[in-house]
Amino acid sequence: MAENIKLACRNVWKLYGPRAVEFLKANPDADLERVKNAGFVPAVRGANVDVRDGEIFVIMGLSGSGKSTLVRCMSRLIEPTAGELFFEGQDLRKASKKALIDIRRHKMGMVFQHFALLPHLTVLENVAFPLTIQGQAKAAADTRAREVIELVGLGGRENYYPRELSGGQQQRVGIARSLAVEPELWFLDEPFSALDPLIRREMQDEFMRLQAMLKKTIVFITHDFDEAIRLADRIAIMKDGAIIQVATPEELVMNPASDYVEEFTRHVPRDKVISVGAVMKKGAEGAGAGLPMASKIAEIAEAVVMADAPLKVVDAAGKAVGAIDRETVINILIGRVR
Amino acid sequence: MAWLLKKPTLVFLALFAATWLLAKYSSTWFESPSLAWAIDYPKTWVLPLKDYVSAAMKWLVEDAGFGLFSFTELTRAIAWLIEQPYEFVRAVLATGFFDGIGRRATQIVPPLSWIAVTAAVVALGHYAKSWGLAAIVGLAFLYLAVFGQWESAMVTLASVVIAVPFGVAGGLMLGILAYRHKSFEAVLKPVLDLMQTIPVFAYLVPILFMFGFGPVSALVATVIYAMPPMARITTMALKNVDPEIVDFGKMTGCTQRQMTWKILVPSALNGLMVGVNQVIMLSLNMVIIASMIGAGGLGFDVLASLRRLNIGGGFEAGIAIVILAVALDRLSQALAARSTEYSPPPREQGFVARHKRSVTVVVILGITMGLGLFIPALQTYPEAAELSTGAFWTNGVKYLNINYFDQFEAVKIFLLTNFLLPIKRFFLGIPWPWAIAMITLIGWKFGGWKLGAMNFAMALFIATTGMWEKAMITIYLCGASVVIASIIGIPIGIWAALSPRAGKVIGVAIDTLQTLPSFVYLIPVIMLFRIGDFTAMVAIVAYALVPAVRYAAHGVRHVSPDLIEAGVVSGCTKRQILFKIRLPLALPEILLGINQTIMLALSMLVITALVGTRDLGQEVYIALTKADTGRGLVAGLAIAFIAIMADRIISASARKAKTRYGID
Repeated sequence: MAENIKLACRNVWKLYGPRAVEFLKANPDADLERVKNAGFVPAVRGANVDVRDGEIFVIMGLSGSGKSTLVRCMSRLIEPTAGELFFEGQDLRKASKKALIDIRRHKMGMVFQHFALLPHLTVLENVAFPLTIQGQAKAAADTRAREVIELVGLGGRENYYPRELSGGQQQRVGIARSLAVEPELWFLDEPFSALDPLIRREMQDEFMRLQAMLKKTIVFITHDFDEAIRLADRIAIMKDGAIIQVATPEELVMNPASDYVEEFTRHVPRDKVISVGAVMKKGAEGAGAGLPMASKIAEIAEAVVMADAPLKVVDAAGKAVGAIDRETVINILIGRVR
Repeated sequence: MAWLLKKPTLVFLALFAATWLLAKYSSTWFESPSLAWAIDYPKTWVLPLKDYVSAAMKWLVEDAGFGLFSFTELTRAIAWLIEQPYEFVRAVLATGFFDGIGRRATQIVPPLSWIAVTAAVVALGHYAKSWGLAAIVGLAFLYLAVFGQWESAMVTLASVVIAVPFGVAGGLMLGILAYRHKSFEAVLKPVLDLMQTIPVFAYLVPILFMFGFGPVSALVATVIYAMPPMARITTMALKNVDPEIVDFGKMTGCTQRQMTWKILVPSALNGLMVGVNQVIMLSLNMVIIASMIGAGGLGFDVLASLRRLNIGGGFEAGIAIVILAVALDRLSQALAARSTEYSPPPREQGFVARHKRSVTVVVILGITMGLGLFIPALQTYPEAAELSTGAFWTNGVKYLNINYFDQFEAVKIFLLTNFLLPIKRFFLGIPWPWAIAMITLIGWKFGGWKLGAMNFAMALFIATTGMWEKAMITIYLCGASVVIASIIGIPIGIWAALSPRAGKVIGVAIDTLQTLPSFVYLIPVIMLFRIGDFTAMVAIVAYALVPAVRYAAHGVRHVSPDLIEAGVVSGCTKRQILFKIRLPLALPEILLGINQTIMLALSMLVITALVGTRDLGQEVYIALTKADTGRGLVAGLAIAFIAIMADRIISASARKAKTRYGID
C-alpha cells in the first residue's frame, strides 16, 4: 500500500436485503440487473477508492446514487456487505468495537448536511462535546473549543443555543465541532446543501480558507457538480451505487468516461477548469514573457486575445514548452470544444 | 358463485340480514333441548380456566419460594420499600410526623402549611410559564383549602408524587431497552397492548394478594397502569431522533451509555416530556380508582359518598379531583414545554437574585410554620372558615329530581325501550357458533386470514371460559354507547373544524374533559338517573366522547387545501364541499376516532360496574370484592380481547380507506 494513501476502499459493497452476504459470495461480480432481480436494493456496488493524504476528494452523485452510503461505509457507520477498508494501512473492518471508538474519537471528524447540533447544548458545549466524550477535563476542552470557534469566525457567540443561529452559522458550529479533535480524516456529507445559494458560496470560500490553513485529508460529498469542480482535487462520480469515473476536474471535462459524465460537464464553464497546458500547441514557438502551463484559461484569456501572436507557455521551472493562440482560447470561451 | 365474490357488500348485507333473523327468532327455533346449546353456552362445556388461575395464584402466594425466602416475603419486602418514601411524603404533605402509636400519638412535626404549599405551586407556575399559570394553579390550591378538601387532596397528591418517578423511570428503562434490542421490543409490544386494554380492576386482585390491602397496593397498581404509555413514547421518541444526530454520536466515538444519556435522551426530551405528562395524568386517574384497595384521599371520599348516597359530599370531592387534575395537567404541560426552550442562562448574580422564587417559598414556609405554632390558621386552614358546597349540590340534585323527575324518566325509558333493549336482544339472541363465524369472517375481510384466525381464537376463548353472555352484554352496552357518542361527537368535531371560533371553545372543553379521571363522570349521572344500564351508558358516552370529537375535527381540518380549492373552482357549494370532499377524505381519521372511542368506552365500562351493570365489567368488579384472582383475570382478558378485536378490525379498515384514497 502506497504510503501517502490515507483511506482505501477495496471492492466495497452494500446491498440491502436478506442474506446479502451469501448472495455476494456466490456472485462476486453481479451486475446491476442481477442484483435487482435477486430482490436486493443496491446502495454501493464494488467501490474502489484511494483517498490521498492532504487532498480534497469529492464524491459526486445525484440523490440515490449511493454517495451517502459509501461515505458511511468508509467510517463503518454502515457495515459494508463485502469489501475491505484500510485507514492508514490498518484494516478497519477487522477493528474491534473499542479500537473503532478510539479511531473515531481521535482521528475522524464528520460534518452533516443538517448540522446535527445537539439542541440542548450551547455553541461552546457543542464544540467541546467530542472532547468531553474523550474524557478531557472541562477547562482544557473549553479552551480548545474557544480556539476552534474563533477559527470559524463565531467568536462572541459561545453561549448561544443552536436555534438562535442562522443556517450558515449553525454549520460553522458543525465544522468547528468536527475540527476540535484535530481529525486526520475529515468527512463532510453535503455540508452546504441545506444552505441558501449565497451563503453556500460564502461557506465554500470559508472552507477553502480553512483547508489552506489546516491541510486535512478530506472526503467531501455533494450532489452539486459546480461545487465539486470548485473544491475538488479529485472527483469520484457515482451512479446506481457504482463509481463510474475518478479524475481531476480538468480530466473529467476533457475526457468524460461516459455520456452520463459528459452530461454533467456540459454546462461547466470550461475556461475555469481547463489549464493552458492541456490545450497549448506543444513545442510551438510563442511570444511574450511566458504563461504558466498550470494557469486556467480564464486567467490568461484576456492577454491571449489581446495579443497579436500566439503566446509562449512555460512549465513550473520556467522552460518554454509550447504556445497558445487566440483561436484556441476563443473556442473554449464560447464553448466550441475541440 | 363468482358473481358473489364481485359484490362483497351484497354478501355482507345478506349475512347481516341472516344474523338479524337468527337473533330475532333463535329463541323459538332453537327451543328444543337438543339445540339449546347454540343459544346458551352449556355450563358443562366451560373450561375451568379461572379455577386454574386462582389455584396458581394461591400457590404463588402460599407456597412459592426462592429457597432462602418465599414469594410472599419478596413482595412484602418490595411493599416495604415503596411504603417508606410514600409514608414520608404523605407525612410532609398531609398528616405530619407522629411520635407514638394510636391515640396516644403526638404530632412532633406538622405537615407543610397550606400557605407554603400554595406558594410553592404558584412559584412553580411562574417558573414554568407565566403569572397567568401561577394564578390558575394558585387559585386551584386555594380552592382545595377553602372548600375543605385540603387533607384528602394532599394524600392523593402524595400518591401521585411517589408513583410518577417510578412510572417515568420504569417506562424510560423499558423504552430504552426496546430501542436497543429488537427482540425485546417484539416481546414488549404485545404485553403493552394487553396492559393498556385489560381493565385495571382485573390486576387489582393479584396485586391485592401480593401486596395486601392499602396504599402500597394502590401505588403498585398505579405504576403498572401508568408505565406502558411512557415505555411506548420513549421508544418512539428515541426512534424519531434525527439519524444524523445518531451518526454524529457514533462518529464522535460515544460508548453505548454516552450515546443514550448524552445524545439520545436529551435530543428526544421533547417527546419524552409528553410521556411524563401522560404518566402524571394516568397516575392521578388510577390513584382515584385505587381508592377501592385502600389508596385513600379524594377517591376514597367520592367512593364513600357514593356508597352513602351523599350527593353533596360526592360532588365536592369530585370537583376537587377535577381541579387538582386541571392544575397538575397545566403545570406539567408548561414544564414540558419549558424544558426544551433552551435560552441563555441569566447573567452571573448573587444566589438570592438567581433563586428569587425558591428563596421566597422557603421564607414563606419558615414564617408560616414558625408562626403557625401560635396562630394555627397559618398552619392548617381554619375549619370555621371552610365553605361547603355540599348542601348546594344536594339541594340542586333534589330540586332537579323533584321537579324534572318525569322528564328524566321519560327520556330514560324512551331510550331504554327503543334503543338499548332491542340492541341487547339482538346481541343476546345470536347463537354463539354463528357469532364466532361472523367475527372470524369480518376479521378475514378486513385484515386477511391472520386477523380472521386471531378473531376466531379470541372469540372461542370468550365462549369456552363461560363468558359469552356477559361478553354480549358488554358489546351491546359498549356498542350502544359508542353509537351515541359518535352521533353526538362527530358533528361537534365537524363544527369545530369548520368554525374557528367554535373550534377554540370546543378545543378547550375537550382538553379539560380529557384530563378528568374516569371516576368523576359517574358522580352526576348516578345522582340523576340512579343505577342501571342507562346510567352506565350516559357515563360511558360522556367519558368516550372526546376522541370522536377530536379525530373528526382533525380529519376534516386537515383535508388538503388544494382539494378544497379545486372544489371551489369547480363551483361546489359549501354543503357540497363538506359532503363530497371533506367528509369522504376525513373518513379514515373519523374511523380512528371511533376506534379510540371504543377503547375508552371499554375502559369506562369496568368503572360503571359500580352502578350495577350485568356485563364483564361487573364480573371483574365482583372478582375484586371477592378477591377471586382467576375470575377477575379471565373476565379482564375477555374485555381485553374484545378491545383488541375491535381495534384491529377498525385500524385495518381505516388503513384500507387510506390506501384507497392514497393519503398515507
